[in-house]
Amino acid sequence: MQHHILSAIYIIASVLFIVGLKMMGNPKSARKGNLISAAGMTAAIAGTIFLHEGEISSIIYILIFLAILIGTVIGWLTAKRVQMTKIPELVSMFNGMGGACAALISLIEFHHLFPLHPAEGIYTEVSSVSTGTLVCIISGLVIGSVSFAGSIIAFLKLNGTLEKPVRLPRYNYINLVILAFVVGVSIQLFFTGHVAVIYTLLTLALLYGVLLVLPIGGADMPVVISLLNSFTGVAAAFGGFLYDNHVMLTGGILVGSAGTLLTIVMCKAMNRPIMQVIFGAFGTHASASAA
Amino acid sequence: MEQIQSFFTLLGENEQMIYFVILSIFVGIEVIGGVPTVLHTPLMSGANAIHGVVIVGAIFVMLNTSPDDYISLTLGFFAVLLGTLNVVGGFVVTDRMLEMFKKK
Repeated sequence: MQHHILSAIYIIASVLFIVGLKMMGNPKSARKGNLISAAGMTAAIAGTIFLHEGEISSIIYILIFLAILIGTVIGWLTAKRVQMTKIPELVSMFNGMGGACAALISLIEFHHLFPLHPAEGIYTEVSSVSTGTLVCIISGLVIGSVSFAGSIIAFLKLNGTLEKPVRLPRYNYINLVILAFVVGVSIQLFFTGHVAVIYTLLTLALLYGVLLVLPIGGADMPVVISLLNSFTGVAAAFGGFLYDNHVMLTGGILVGSAGTLLTIVMCKAMNRPIMQVIFGAFGTHASASAA
Repeated sequence: MEQIQSFFTLLGENEQMIYFVILSIFVGIEVIGGVPTVLHTPLMSGANAIHGVVIVGAIFVMLNTSPDDYISLTLGFFAVLLGTLNVVGGFVVTDRMLEMFKKK
């Protein structure tokens, strides 16, 4: 019974997300739209906690409530107190937190599947784990980590800590090589399921996130944040696949696709091709050396 | 050959899910269509808060962790904490941005 009520809550929450996002596209209804999405989120979170079936030790509930309490207080106070001019970097920071959350979920699930010290002394074979589960864990980890590391760099740039774009020589090629490593190690993890490999992959993905955003100039930051925003959406959607959880899927994919389109629209509004924003310093570098 | 077969098995088993994903992608695109430039940043911020729904997964992980698995509990605690920051911070900051709009 509880299970069905939870499904109903997830359906309502998904509809509220869509309606809320739609209303945010119009200046008159935007603020209300945001509140509607927030109501959907509250319902989804409360439902997940209170309608869970099965015996749960009270220590786990205490930890969950403590984490939510601390997160709410810090999130609320920072969002309320920050100066208006510093809002973009704060959005980037919050986006990074979501990415980190997705990456952590993947890490924990990986350890659940392949425990370091299994109770019966029998180690899990990769072949016994479903392909879909492994793909979701690996994708969630990679996309979440890239989004986290990239958002933190974007935050530091907007913050003024990293004022000038840092450009390693031939950084586009370096990034491509690292990306190739990320893909290669992901495939290796898929076939071996080894603990050391997932931490290598985590490190590489974080490094890729840092190097992806480092060379990008300050004016292009909103576009990059929007792109990383859609990355986190996709990472959340992989979590939804993993647990067969529909509200995570709708929320994640909605942000993934809306965020990608928004990134493109923002580029158009700035009159900058998206490829130039991401790999862009190519052009500026060439013109600088020509001049 | 076996890989190809397992790929199609996966596809067949998750057929509904795949339809669901495709339709959701179109909903996302449709929802953003024709948004005025001034609303780009608040919309990004609002979408940012919505992907905080990943916290549902973090809570789920916690609920399915045994109480003596300290590593998972610690990681899960931080996952829920960071997810909450994303959700609460995201919605509050979006509200502040849109509040500024009204006054203009």
